Amino acid sequence: MKRKKSTTIFIHLFLIISVILVSFPIIYAFMVSTLNINEVYSSPPKLQFGDNMLNNYREAWQRSNMGKLLFNSAFISVVTAVGKIILSVSAAFAFVYFGDFPGKNILFILILITHMLPLPIRIVPTYQLMDNLGWLDTYYALTIPFFASATGVLLFRQFYMTVPESLLEASLIDGITPLRFLWSILIPLSKSNIVALFTIEFIWVWNQYLWPLVTTNSAQVRVVQIGLKMLIPSDAQPEWNVIMAALIIGVIPPLLVYLTLQKSLVEGFAMQQDK
Amino acid sequence: MNSKFAKKYRYLAYLLIAPSIIIVTTFLIYPSAQSLYLSFFRSTPFGNRQIFVGIENFQRLLTSPAYWNSLTRSLVFTAITVFISISSALILAVVTNKKIKGAKIYKSLLIWPFAFSFAFAGIIWGVLLHPNVGIMSYYIKLLTTLDFNWINNGTAAFTLIIIASSWRMLGYNFIFFIAALQNVSPELLEAADIDGASPVTKFWKITFPLISPITFFLLIMNTLQVFFLTFGVVDVLTQGGPARATDIVTYKLFRDAFLSMRTGYASAQSIILFVFVAIITIIQFKYAGEKVFYQ
Repeated sequence: MKRKKSTTIFIHLFLIISVILVSFPIIYAFMVSTLNINEVYSSPPKLQFGDNMLNNYREAWQRSNMGKLLFNSAFISVVTAVGKIILSVSAAFAFVYFGDFPGKNILFILILITHMLPLPIRIVPTYQLMDNLGWLDTYYALTIPFFASATGVLLFRQFYMTVPESLLEASLIDGITPLRFLWSILIPLSKSNIVALFTIEFIWVWNQYLWPLVTTNSAQVRVVQIGLKMLIPSDAQPEWNVIMAALIIGVIPPLLVYLTLQKSLVEGFAMQQDK
Repeated sequence: MNSKFAKKYRYLAYLLIAPSIIIVTTFLIYPSAQSLYLSFFRSTPFGNRQIFVGIENFQRLLTSPAYWNSLTRSLVFTAITVFISISSALILAVVTNKKIKGAKIYKSLLIWPFAFSFAFAGIIWGVLLHPNVGIMSYYIKLLTTLDFNWINNGTAAFTLIIIASSWRMLGYNFIFFIAALQNVSPELLEAADIDGASPVTKFWKITFPLISPITFFLLIMNTLQVFFLTFGVVDVLTQGGPARATDIVTYKLFRDAFLSMRTGYASAQSIILFVFVAIITIIQFKYAGEKVFYQ
């Protein structure tokens, strides 16, 4: 059935307004990052691009030691995302293909429980544990405690349950080991799930705030989120143009990861819904 | 796997699960149990000694107006934010799912706030609505004479963190709704078209029931995320102020644990948060059973 032309126009109008509303804050942040400080504090506020962009970005880069911040955030995000994928693929594989071994349900529940224990529920003892292990101000604290993932285990378990078991049995009879089966058959099959999980986890870790705030202090391991906060002075007029420049730089990596992997992300989710 | 193979490779199953279990017990379950333990103690002013005080921390918390303020504000804040972000994401997903030109571009442009952290979302909206430099607060004042000053005014600050968090969650919810809508069969909707169903009827009678599992799932996930992650917005913008208007539970917990070093008192707050999570989890399992989770 054909839609009326006026309806189509109305839909486009509605969507254009929505896109502007959603995107305006980002465009505005970018605009501010190109102004000089007088323009930032002028009244009425300027809604335009200035010509101080290069200066602001250079200033932001140097003042926040941005190179180091980006490296640290990227490093912990990749390591944590990959760690989560490896651990949850392995565990999900064990839960689906090895029959009913003793303790299976308990172990499964133990992993699911992570969902009930977000950081604020255990922050004081976890912090003390990091202190005792000598992990404060190290990459260890920012990565290893986050390697387990109930999300990941459930995601891959759900997917593996749809792969016919006869496939595994045939491979075993052919003399292929279970690990070989996992590596050469299952993992390639679950590629879009892996990519979806990577995207979600990368962005998640990149954007983490509370944990790096309490466990890191030195510039050596400081991440983007905290570096940006430190650009905002509590006692002086903030240089919003420089801060926005740093913010724009700091959001490019997760945005790139998202844009590159967008297709697989939606596929990975859509597939999940089928089951 | 048949039983012969299953037995032969049983050791492998344990080996594959072991790393996850070690991480979970060491960094999640053990510290959580310790939170419970610590909640019965009070640390001395220099933090060098712990005194057993029974349930005193809980008594003090639950009779403290400051804590009730935090709790109520967090719950109200979460409810409003979740409602705004889910309903607007759903409307936008349904509209962009129609066969229209440029649907892809619209979708891409609606998802991207998802790449921003709560702290970044907070900074951007804090500047947009800043009483001195913000373009939005300027025009709000010009058009309505309303002074949106989140630095001095509690209601404005509270509204600001709702707006920033809703904006951030919109992209996240939108992704899930888009994925869910791809599974609503177009034939079903066309059949309804032929029967002369209006768009509104089609939505409530066909689309919504089909995507209600994902809506419920998002409701749960959003509640937890908003409740716990808004910390970033508050820490970069208001630090709980003005006049405790944005002193949400996670921020108060952070202050008591790491600025005033009252570990016992903070741990008791952790336990109260656990009760909140437990209630949400029970609701989830009661109504949805085992569903796929995402953070």
